[in-house]
Amino acid sequence: MALIRDLAAQAAEMALVVGAAPLVTGFLRKCKARLTRRRGASVLQPYRDLLRLLRKDVVLAENASWLFRAAPYLVFAATWVAAALVPTFGGGLLFSWSADLIAIVAMLGSARFFLALAGMDVGTAFGGIGASREMMIGSLAEPAMLMIIFSLALLAGSTQLSVIAAFMQSPAVGLRVTLGLALAALLIVAIAESGRIPVDNPATHLELTMVHEAMVLEYSGRHLALLELASWVKLLLYLSLIACVFVPWGVAPPGSGWLAHLLGAGLYAGKIALACALLAVFEMTIAKMRVFRVPNFLGAALMLGFLGAMLLFVSRII
Amino acid sequence: MGTLREALATGAPVTTQAPWPRVVVDAAGWSALGEALAEGALGLSGLWGEAEAVHAALFDEPAAEFAVATLACPEGRFPSLGRRHAAAIRPERAIRDLVGLVAQAAPDDRPWLDHGRWPVRAPLGRKLPPGPAAPYAFLPAEGEGLHRMAVGPVHAGIIEPGHFRFAVNGETVVRLETRLGYTHKGIEALMQGATIEHAACLAGRVSGDSTVAYALAFARAAEAALGVAVPERAHWLRALMAELERLANHLGDIGAICNDAGFALMLTHCAILRERVLRTADACFGHRLMRDLVVPGGVALDLAAPAGVHDLCAEIGRQFPRLVALYEGTASLQDRTCGTGVVAPGLARRFAAGGYIGRASGRDFDARRRPGYPPYDQLRFEVPVFENGDVDARVWVRIREVEQSLSLLQQILLAMPGGPVRVPLPLRGGEGVALVEGFRGDILVWLSLDEAGRVRRCHLRDPSWFQWPLVEAAIEGNIVADFPLCNKSFNCSYSGHDL
Repeated sequence: MALIRDLAAQAAEMALVVGAAPLVTGFLRKCKARLTRRRGASVLQPYRDLLRLLRKDVVLAENASWLFRAAPYLVFAATWVAAALVPTFGGGLLFSWSADLIAIVAMLGSARFFLALAGMDVGTAFGGIGASREMMIGSLAEPAMLMIIFSLALLAGSTQLSVIAAFMQSPAVGLRVTLGLALAALLIVAIAESGRIPVDNPATHLELTMVHEAMVLEYSGRHLALLELASWVKLLLYLSLIACVFVPWGVAPPGSGWLAHLLGAGLYAGKIALACALLAVFEMTIAKMRVFRVPNFLGAALMLGFLGAMLLFVSRII
Repeated sequence: MGTLREALATGAPVTTQAPWPRVVVDAAGWSALGEALAEGALGLSGLWGEAEAVHAALFDEPAAEFAVATLACPEGRFPSLGRRHAAAIRPERAIRDLVGLVAQAAPDDRPWLDHGRWPVRAPLGRKLPPGPAAPYAFLPAEGEGLHRMAVGPVHAGIIEPGHFRFAVNGETVVRLETRLGYTHKGIEALMQGATIEHAACLAGRVSGDSTVAYALAFARAAEAALGVAVPERAHWLRALMAELERLANHLGDIGAICNDAGFALMLTHCAILRERVLRTADACFGHRLMRDLVVPGGVALDLAAPAGVHDLCAEIGRQFPRLVALYEGTASLQDRTCGTGVVAPGLARRFAAGGYIGRASGRDFDARRRPGYPPYDQLRFEVPVFENGDVDARVWVRIREVEQSLSLLQQILLAMPGGPVRVPLPLRGGEGVALVEGFRGDILVWLSLDEAGRVRRCHLRDPSWFQWPLVEAAIEGNIVADFPLCNKSFNCSYSGHDL
């Protein structure tokens, strides 16, 4: 019975991340539109975009290989599974015991790998330049992410997100400098990884400044729909991750009843909406940075993560 | 005695042209002009051809003298000015495409506007049948790790078409070569034989965002050719329209430049102000862009409601300083614009780059001052000049010019005289030339009318002719991702350049 309930909770969370990701992006766009004194499109517009893309034919470049066609599915699957590993409103995730934070990073890393390959596959200049920029960002964001994970794992004694979330809710946490550093680092990594301003601009039409959009420039139809959805899921994943680790209150503990789950879902929606609003305000107040300024930005995340982990070691020795 | 007069002293003056002198020189005199250009003693303001002659508009900046030199070339050849003066290279290539005259010993003999897709070669000259289209040879850039990036002519955004060929080393641009001509409309050919009224319409359609400036330049050239004096009030109304156009375009540009740095907030605020300007223009003159309102002989409409312009100036005067503070106070934005896309002052001077591009690189030139035209001689305004030559300086020139335009608009409203706004034009021949300050820079129009008062030949030189080459220079050594920002800060016209 418990297994069936856990399975249901896991299935519900998997459906939620995919079902809600377009809404989150739509809400974020709406927030940005309101901030720039525009009315903005409906928050449901991303769903309509997906439907439109799904109905369209796929136009493939003549020299596109099987990799180009397979990449959208691989990227989407890897991102979706990674997102399903992050507790949103309930802690008792079935998959959570089979994969931890490091697995999430690995999933996203492989998604990035396939997307970069697909960007270069057709041989256009934009795909190549997008892929090279994406790998530059990835090569700095991933170590920073791992440093954050080490800090959290040293504190909670586990790399599993459910355990970390439970630990963060317990009184054992206390006020720690390491957590503050890890939060700052995670925010930077999240902005870079989900392709937001100031690292990448998802709304740009300037092909020479694109990162993620440059890699998917050659895609169309259902392939593009999948890649767009994957990028939205990735944004929600990072928002959920921050919410789950640093604002864990309300996440239903494993084995709790329907009511706790319902409450958790409501609180989760509130947390994500707040995060979107904050992200929109942040994006409004800052310009996109130069491509070569990004390593400094991500280097700061790496340093903060490293500092957090070092502090833990030092305090333990003393 | 200026250098210009000395240089042209040997030639035979033509009496029909006004207001600048036109002098027919021989091949040796023409080559001497090339030397003077190369030394920097003279500046080139335009270079165009007719079926059997080439003309060069020259100026002597310190002495504020302007003149047109003409070389007859019955054999279809003329000594290249571009050999010594790089700014002349593209006009010479265009002369070859449009008229069929060949610049001898020119450093670059590739076609420019003619992409091999026209039904006729040399449409303004001998009208030859089209030849086989040869592939365009881009300039080489060789070295380890270099690769080519072809961008355009169709872009991801809704902008005008132009092809950019980058040679890059990773992200760093080693060389950029632009290829233009995709929006060639044959305006100069359409003008041949047209009535003055029709030609004025055509002139107003060369570049949509500068329609007032083009119409004004054409009207002034036509009035000079016919020796017509325009009513005083028409001058003031023209200036009012020109300043409204400058205001609208600069506001749009400031927002668009910031948006290209990923700062959308500025774009939306500036877009609101720009929209206010356009609506005021619509309310005052019945057209948002004020097209076809400046006509040879005066203006087509008198100002309906000057109060609207008053309110507009007051509102922008209130809002704009806050936007300037936002631009100055956003460190991430300053980080993008400062030091990006630098045009060296020497280069801006050699190419005689006008407008905000020249003034951001220390070139203190404004056609409203020199050669000057009414009513600006009765108005107080400053010409902002910056030395840095980067994107930031080009934004600052625009900011200061917005402030100057607001002040000019208020002065114009206060001092505008009454009276008629249009006089009829006589039908006779003549030659006229005019230099008018559009928002991009100085627009040159040279007009030759036949005895029946129809256009024999008209040349319209967009400021972008001498600005596009500087885009290539500015981006060298920058990174590819900064190109859109640099390019937007130049905001050169494709349509005006391609004609």
